[in-house]
Amino acid sequence: MKDHAQPRDLDGNPVSPGLPMAMLAEITHRCPLACPYCSNPVELTRAQAELPAEDWARVFREAADLGVLQVHVSGGEPGARRDLAQIVTSAREAGLYVNLITSGIGITRDRLQELDRAGVDHVQLSLQGIRPDMADRISGHPGSWDKKMGFAGWVTEIGFPLTINAVVHRQNMDRLPDMIDLAETLGARRIEVATVQFHGWADLNRAALMPTGDQAAAARRIVNEARIRLRGRMVIDYVPADHHAIYPKACMGGWGSTGLNVAPDGTVLPCHAAQSITWMKFENVKDRALSDIWHMSDSFNAFRGTAWMSEPCRSCDRKTVDFGGCRCQAMALAGDARATDPVCSKSPLRARVVARAEEDAASDTADLIYRRMKKGG
Amino acid sequence: MDPLIAPDQIPYLPRGVRLAHDRVRGIRVLQAPERAMQLDAVGDAILSELDGRRSMAAIATRLAQRYNAPARQIAADLSDFLTGLVERRMVFVKDAP
Repeated sequence: MKDHAQPRDLDGNPVSPGLPMAMLAEITHRCPLACPYCSNPVELTRAQAELPAEDWARVFREAADLGVLQVHVSGGEPGARRDLAQIVTSAREAGLYVNLITSGIGITRDRLQELDRAGVDHVQLSLQGIRPDMADRISGHPGSWDKKMGFAGWVTEIGFPLTINAVVHRQNMDRLPDMIDLAETLGARRIEVATVQFHGWADLNRAALMPTGDQAAAARRIVNEARIRLRGRMVIDYVPADHHAIYPKACMGGWGSTGLNVAPDGTVLPCHAAQSITWMKFENVKDRALSDIWHMSDSFNAFRGTAWMSEPCRSCDRKTVDFGGCRCQAMALAGDARATDPVCSKSPLRARVVARAEEDAASDTADLIYRRMKKGG
Repeated sequence: MDPLIAPDQIPYLPRGVRLAHDRVRGIRVLQAPERAMQLDAVGDAILSELDGRRSMAAIATRLAQRYNAPARQIAADLSDFLTGLVERRMVFVKDAP
C-alpha cells in the first residue's frame, strides 16, 4: 500500500526533507535594467500576474513557521513595486531578517528612508561594471552608473550594511581589482563576486560573456590575494566559473535542502532556474500551503537525498559534498536533469563542455542580447 | 590565528547583526547579512556580553567568574571566537573612549 505521507524522490525512494533557512522572494520581474545574464527566466511574468502584498505577508508568515530565518527580497527590481515598503514590513513582522537585493535604480533617497523605517536589515547592490561606459552598456540603461553611485551614498548615509554584488564575465573580468577597490571605497562589508552562470538569458549570450580559462585563473588569484589584504575589513564571497572547475558547485547546498524561491506569481521553486527543467511541475502558494509544498511536493522531493543518482555520482565520495552539482545545468548541457552535472571532471560529457566553453571564450563577439519583456501580450 | 581585536578594545554587534531565537529549531542564532549562524551555549553567552561598552578583557573576566574557569583560557578562546566573527564582519571593534 502506498504511504501518501512519506515524501519520495522521483524514483519512489523515501527521502527526509530538512528545514529551509532562506527564501528568495522575487516579488516582480519588472526591472529598469536589461542585463544579458539576468537570472530570471526567459519567459518573464507580467505585473498583472504578480502576487499582491497581502499574499506576500501570508507567505512570509508561512515561511517563518516553516523555519525560514532570512528572506532575500529581489526581482527584477524590487523597487519597481510601489508597495515594497509594505512587503518589507510584513516580512519583518513575520520575524524574518530582510535582505534587499536591488539595482539601486528607481529607489529615491526618500524611499530608501521609508525602507529603513520598514525594517530592511541589509542592502545588496548590483554592479555591472566599473565606470559609466561598462556599467551602462552591460545593464542596457544609460545613466545607471551615476544613479548607482548616488544610491550607494544614501545606503551608507542611512547606515545599512552594504554588500556589492559584482557579476563578472569576459567583458568585465579584467577589471575585478577595480571592482574590489570600489566596494571598499563605498564602505561595503562584503562583495560577492559571481561569475555568470550560463542559464536562461546568459545562455543566449554565451559567446559574448564566457570568460577565458586565463581570466578564470586570474580571478581566483585576485580574490585570494584580496582576501588576505582585506582580512577583517571586507569579506569576499566568490562564485567561480564552474566550466573551468574540476568539480561542480553544490547548487543550493543540495536540491530542496536549505532554500526555496517564490516567483512573482507565487510559483515555488527549489532554485531560481528550476523552470528550465521543463517537464517538472511546480506548485503555487495560491493553491497550497508553503510547508506542504516544501515537505510533500514532487518538485521539491524529486532530487532530495542521493538515491536518485546514477553513475558516476552514485559511487562517488563527493555525492554528499556537491550533490551531483546543478540539476538545471545537467538539463541544459546533458538534456537530462538527472545526469551528473556535465561540468564535473567525472562526467562523460565534460570534454565536450570544456571544448564548447573554450570555443565561446575565443569568440570575438561583444554583441549582447538584452533581457527584455516581450512586447504586447 | 592572528587576532583582530586587542584586550582593551570593545567588540560590538554592528547594525544588521543581531542575536535571535530560532523558535522552529529551538536554537539561538546570529542573524547577519545573508547569513544565519547557529550558536552553541558558549557563543550565545559571549555575544550576549557585547553591550558596546565592555572591553574584551572585561568580558573575559566576567565569563571566567560566571563559569568558574581559568581567565587565561577564557581570554584566549574569546579572542579566537571574536576574531573569527570580525573576519566575517559580524562583529565590529572600537577603541575604548
